[in-house]
Amino acid sequence: MDFLLPANGLLFWQVVIFLSLVFVLGKFAWKPILSSLKEREESIQQALDQAEKAKQEMASLKSDNEKLLKEAREERDKILRDARSAANQIHDEAQNSAKKTADKIIADAKAVINTEKAAALRDVKAQVAQFSLEIAEKLIKKNLADDKAQKELTESLIKDFKLN
Amino acid sequence: MQSEIKTLPVFAMKKPLSVTIVAFFSFVFVAVFSFSGLAQHAEGSHDSIRAENPTDSLQAGHAEAGEKFSANEVIIEHVLDAPVWHFAEHLVLPLPVIVYSAERGLEVFSSAHFYDEHHHPVEYNGYKLEGRDIVLTSTGEKVLNLSITKNVAMLFLTAAMLLWVLLSVASAYKKNQGKAPKGIQSFIEPVVVFVRDEIVKPNIAHNHERYLPYILTLFFFIFFGNLLGLLPGAANLTGNIAITLSLAVLTFIITNFSGNATYWKHVFWTPGVPLPLRIIILPVEIIGLFTKPFALTIRLFVAITAGHIVLLSLICMAFIFHSYLVGIGASVMVLFISIIELLVAAIQAYVFALFTALYIGMATAEDEHH
Repeated sequence: MDFLLPANGLLFWQVVIFLSLVFVLGKFAWKPILSSLKEREESIQQALDQAEKAKQEMASLKSDNEKLLKEAREERDKILRDARSAANQIHDEAQNSAKKTADKIIADAKAVINTEKAAALRDVKAQVAQFSLEIAEKLIKKNLADDKAQKELTESLIKDFKLN
Repeated sequence: MQSEIKTLPVFAMKKPLSVTIVAFFSFVFVAVFSFSGLAQHAEGSHDSIRAENPTDSLQAGHAEAGEKFSANEVIIEHVLDAPVWHFAEHLVLPLPVIVYSAERGLEVFSSAHFYDEHHHPVEYNGYKLEGRDIVLTSTGEKVLNLSITKNVAMLFLTAAMLLWVLLSVASAYKKNQGKAPKGIQSFIEPVVVFVRDEIVKPNIAHNHERYLPYILTLFFFIFFGNLLGLLPGAANLTGNIAITLSLAVLTFIITNFSGNATYWKHVFWTPGVPLPLRIIILPVEIIGLFTKPFALTIRLFVAITAGHIVLLSLICMAFIFHSYLVGIGASVMVLFISIIELLVAAIQAYVFALFTALYIGMATAEDEHH
């Protein structure tokens, strides 16, 4: 049967045409198509990889940020704590020193007051003695202005002597 | 009745649709019917026609058209190659005849010279058609026939289509560099990626890029050939055994030339086989080398030719039964099978490319399982 036997002419043309097709298409079609496909696939892969990397970077950046924030918060708390304790300390110290100063001032004042008091008392005493003497002198002068009085006094004094 | 027969060639040419193994099995009863018819034709009637008309069965068919409609003639005419491209009644494209013989040298002339105005075969310039061969009238010797026959013309058309489509796709890649594919590029690209990632890469472990251009060209040639063969008026290119044989032989040559030491060792000295068994194994392995291209040749040839035959048989039914009802029924079936044929066009291209990749992969695989 004719259709089971390959014809020479068709075999010849098929081999010639097909080999030329393989050559021409290989050089001018498959090469640019396959290389563009490869290029595009690589660029897509690269973009995906980069996106993944960026995602990871973002995540690590975020965790870094959180860490930083946490640290900052701790730092702030510490500073606040320190400041509070420092303030307390200063406050206490100021109170103490103020108290001390006050005590000292009071003590000094007391000492001065005592000194002044003593001096005043001494003055007063002296003056009182003076006044007393003067008063006594005046009284005596006045009471003993007459003889009778003098006599009476003498008598009373003598009376006292007797008792002694 | 006369007019019906007259329109037949037009009709017959309109449905040239190719088929697949699927269709073949689905409609095995039709196919068996056609094949038995063909066999009878080839053994009996063909000889008688030749006796009356020593040249060409298709011409004989026309000569007798007025007398009796013969489905065999119509189908055989379509399935076989011819020196002219017969589109329809009175619409025949003569093609160049190229012959070479030691006596006459190289000669080129139109195949129209082989027919007279009534389509009867005639001698021309000392040459005459004998079946598909051209012989010298003086000695009766066959000359080397490199004519542009119907199938060669179809081959040129297919190659031109391939070049046009694929080169324009390639230029689109240059133009759209770094951008998404557009237009026909979007159609071709997934197919190329499919061939690369599903056919070539999984089967050829080493240096698959070296074989990629061949397998891609193979795939697209068969795919385009199958599809173009489905067009009305087209020739049955990929269902011609010369075409499938050439492709299979190229695959055979590439496979065996890229075969590595492991491959040849497996063929000639299969590891782990006891010596007495080698007497059996060795011939089997050597036969195995040749059954692969043989299977490739026959598979594509049968799938496409059977499809064409099934479709033609269905269409011929309308003319055999002279009934519009049968014509409508047959047309519905033809439509259905034509759709299957589209599928088969892709499947057969896939299968041929897949087996080629598989054979090359087997020949280049490193020894792993020993």
